[in-house]
Amino acid sequence: MPKIFINNNEIEFKEGMTVLQACELAGVEIPRFCYHERLSIAGNCRMCLVEMEKSAKPIASCAMPAAEGMKIKTNTKMVEKARKGVMEFLLVNHPLDCPVCDQGGECDLQDQSLYYGFDGSRFKENKRLVKDKYMGPLIKTQMTRCIHCTRCIRFATEVAGVSELGAIGRGEDMEITTYLEKSMTSELSGNVIDLCPVGALTSKPYAFEARPWELKKTESIDVMDAVGSNIRVDSYGWEVKRILPRLNNQINEEWISDKTRYACDGLLKQRLDKVYIRKNNQLVESSWDDAINLISLKIKSTSSEKIAGHVGGLSSFETINSFKKFLEEINVKNYEFREKDFYVNSDQKMNYIFNSSIQGIEKADFILLVGANPRHEATILNARIRKTYLKNKLPIFSIGDPGDLTYPYKIVGNKTEDIKKILEGKSEINDLLKKSKNPLIIIGESALELKSGKYIFEGLKEFLYKNKFINEDWNSFNILSQNAATVGALDLNFFNKPNGSGSFFDKINNHNFDLLYLVGSDELNFQKNNEFIIYQGSHGDRMAQIADVILPSPAYTEQNGFFINLEGRLQKAFKATNPIGNAKEDWKIFNLIVDKIKNKNLFTNYKTLIEDSLSKIRENKNIDTLPEPQIKKIHLTSGNFYSEQVLIRPIDYYFSNPVARASKTMSDCRIEKIRNSENRKTG
Amino acid sequence: MSIKKIHDNQPDKFEFTKANLELADKILKKYPSDQKKSAVMPLLYLAQNQNENWIPLAAMKYIGKFLSMPYINVYEIATFYSMYNLAPVGKYFIQVCTTSPCALRGANKLVDICKEKISKNQNELSQNKLCSWTEVECLGACINAPMMQVNEDYYEDLDETNTKKILNSFLEDKPLKPGSYRNRKNSAPEKNQILTNGHKNA
Repeated sequence: MPKIFINNNEIEFKEGMTVLQACELAGVEIPRFCYHERLSIAGNCRMCLVEMEKSAKPIASCAMPAAEGMKIKTNTKMVEKARKGVMEFLLVNHPLDCPVCDQGGECDLQDQSLYYGFDGSRFKENKRLVKDKYMGPLIKTQMTRCIHCTRCIRFATEVAGVSELGAIGRGEDMEITTYLEKSMTSELSGNVIDLCPVGALTSKPYAFEARPWELKKTESIDVMDAVGSNIRVDSYGWEVKRILPRLNNQINEEWISDKTRYACDGLLKQRLDKVYIRKNNQLVESSWDDAINLISLKIKSTSSEKIAGHVGGLSSFETINSFKKFLEEINVKNYEFREKDFYVNSDQKMNYIFNSSIQGIEKADFILLVGANPRHEATILNARIRKTYLKNKLPIFSIGDPGDLTYPYKIVGNKTEDIKKILEGKSEINDLLKKSKNPLIIIGESALELKSGKYIFEGLKEFLYKNKFINEDWNSFNILSQNAATVGALDLNFFNKPNGSGSFFDKINNHNFDLLYLVGSDELNFQKNNEFIIYQGSHGDRMAQIADVILPSPAYTEQNGFFINLEGRLQKAFKATNPIGNAKEDWKIFNLIVDKIKNKNLFTNYKTLIEDSLSKIRENKNIDTLPEPQIKKIHLTSGNFYSEQVLIRPIDYYFSNPVARASKTMSDCRIEKIRNSENRKTG
Repeated sequence: MSIKKIHDNQPDKFEFTKANLELADKILKKYPSDQKKSAVMPLLYLAQNQNENWIPLAAMKYIGKFLSMPYINVYEIATFYSMYNLAPVGKYFIQVCTTSPCALRGANKLVDICKEKISKNQNELSQNKLCSWTEVECLGACINAPMMQVNEDYYEDLDETNTKKILNSFLEDKPLKPGSYRNRKNSAPEKNQILTNGHKNA
C-alpha cells in the first residue's frame, strides 16, 4: 500500500483515497463543510485547506487525491491562517442569528467558528439577504444562512435521484432553490436537513420545538416499513420531538425516509389513553377491571372456532409471540398477520426474507422486480438499488409498472405470462440473466396476492435453484415485505395455513367469526356485522371506531421490542418515553385476561417473555446479524398458473399505518403530493 | 448585470420555429448522442434570439424536454450567464461596458446619458418601450474604449455628443451605423499614424 506523511507521521492508505481521508486515517481531523463521504466531491467550501510540501499554495484536501510520498502538514501557521481566512469569508454573509436558529447546538459552522473564527468582524458593508424558498411541508428554509456547500443539491441528484434542487445565479447572488419553488418529490427529502451544515435547511415540523441538548436520545429501530432503519428518538418529557437516522452501513447507511422521520408527530395525536367499552352504541370510558371482565366473559361464552385474532404491521416480535400464546391458551386457531391474502410459504426462513441482504444489493449485476415498487414499499432499499445502478449501471427489469423508481428500468411485461416465459427460458431477458453472476429477483407482495401467487413464488424459486442462483455465496431469491412485523410473524407461523374450510379472509368477510381480537391492526378490509371487536392498540384509527372494547397499549417508541427486518436481521427497539394514560404493555394485557379466565400467568415476568420470544426466532438468535443461509434442504413445489395482469397495488405512502395517519405532517405531505401530481397532469 | 429574476408576465407556450428547429438539430449533431445536454447553451441562445432577446420559462422547459434534462439544470445555466436575459429587454438592448479601461476613458458618462435618455434604472424599458440598457463587464474592445454593445453591434470610441446622437437614433427607431466614432478603421491607429515597427497603417 502507498504511504503518505501526515505531520511527519508515515501512514499507509488505500489507492484512490483523498488527502482528507488519509488525514482521517492518521487521526487528524480536518474541518469541512461541503465534503461528505457519501456524496460526490465538490471542493467549494475551501475549509479543508492543508499544506503540502512543494506547493506554494495550500491545497483543498477533500479534492486532492493522495499520492505516494506526499508530505502533508495540518498544524502549521499557514494552514491555520488559511482556515481562518476561509472562515472569515464564510461568516461575511452569514447572519449572526444563532440564538434564534434551530441548528444551534448541532451546527457545523458554529462548532468550527469556535476554533477558526475571529472574535470581531472586519466586514463593514451590508450583508446579503436572500428570500426564503418554499421546499414543501418538511423543509423550513432560511436561505440567508446558506454557505453554498451544495450538499443538498448533490444529495437530491445523486442519492434521492430527483434533480429538483439547484443553484441559481452566481457569485454573491447564488441561491439554492427547487425549480420554481416546488416541493421536492422525494421520499428521502428530509435527509437534506441533516446534511445541511448550517441552519439554512431545518425541519419545519420541529421548528422552535426544542434545543438538541435538552432532548433525551434513545437509539432505536424504525417500524414504518420492513427495512428496520436505525433511528435515534429524541424526546422531551413524554413527547417524541423528532427522529433522526443512525449510521448503519448494512441497512440505512445514514439516510431515513420521510415517513420514518416525520410520522413521529402522530405519536402525540389520536392516542388511546383510556379503556373504553361500547354501551348503547357509544364508547364509554371505563376501567381495566371492567374491560377484562367483559372480555373474559365474552371469550368464555364464544366457541373457540368463532374467535379470531389479527395483528397489525407495527407489532413487535414479543407482542405477536405473546398474542399467539394467548390465543393458543384459549384454543383459538384462527389468527393472521396479513392484511390482504397473499401467498406465503414459511417452511424455511429463506422463503420469506430478502436473502441477498440490503448491503448485498451493491454486488448485484442484474435486477428483476416482480410486482414490486421498492420506492414506496421500502424506500431505503430503493436508494440502495439506485446507488448500485449509479455504480454498476446494471440492467434493471420489472414485471408490472411501478412508476418512477428514480433509476431507469425496463418493463418486460404486465402479465403472468411474462413470468412464465422467463421460467421457460423464452423471455428476452433470459440471456442476460444467465450471463449474470449475482442477479437479484425481488418479489413484491402484489405479485403474491395474485391467484398465480403460488406459481410465481414456487416457480421462480425452482428456476433460480436449478440455475444455481441460490447457492452458498449468493441467494438471488428475495421477498420484499412491507411491514415491520411480517418476518417476525412468519417466524412464528402466525397465519392460517390454507385448509378445506376456507381462508381466514373468506371467513372474516363471510362474518363467520363472533369475536375479533385486533392487536394494532387497522388495515383489514372488512365490514362490521355483528362481531364483538376487541381493539388493542395505540391509536384511535379505523378499527378503534368500530370496536366494542378498546384497550390502550404503547406505541413503538414506548416499549422495548424485537423486530426482524426484511432481510431477517434481528434488531431491538428501545423504549424512549413512557406510555401515555392507562396504557399497558401488550403482553401484560394478555396476562391479565388469561389470569381472569384460567387463573394463571402466560409469562411470569418480562425476562421470561424475552427468553420465550428469542427461543422462537428461526435460524438467528443474535442481535444485528443475518440468518445463516440454509441452502441444502430446499423443498420445491409448484402452483397453478392463471393468466392474470400483474398490477402493483398502489400504496398511500404517507398514510400507510395508524401512526402516519394520525400525523399532521404526513397528511400535509399527502396533500402536497396530490397537488403536485395534479399540476403535472395539467402541465 | 442583467436581470436574473423571473419575469412576472410569462408566455404560456414556447416552441422553436421550423428554421430554428433545423438549426437546433444541427447543433445537436455536434455532440455525442448520450451527451445531448451539452447543447443547452447554444439552444438557450437560439431561444433568446427567437423570443425578442429574452428567455421565458416556457422556453427553458421546452429545452429541458428537448434535451431530456431536468428543468432545474436549464434554469441554473440560464441564471448563471449574464448574456441570457430572463426578462423582456428593448428592441435596442444597450450594454455599456464599465470595466476599468472603459471606465478610465469615461464610460461612467455614458451610463449617465443612458440614465437620462432611456431609463433611470438598468433593465427598465424606455418610455416608448424601444430601448433598455444595462452595465456589463468587459466586452473585449478595450482598445476602442469607451464602447457599448447594441444588440449584436459594437459602437466604439464614444464621447458624450456621439452617445447622445446614437441613443437618440435608437429612440427614434432609426439606428446609426455601428463601428468607431473617431473614424478609425476597426482598432487601427488614428490618422495613418506610423506603427512602431515602421509599417504604415494597413
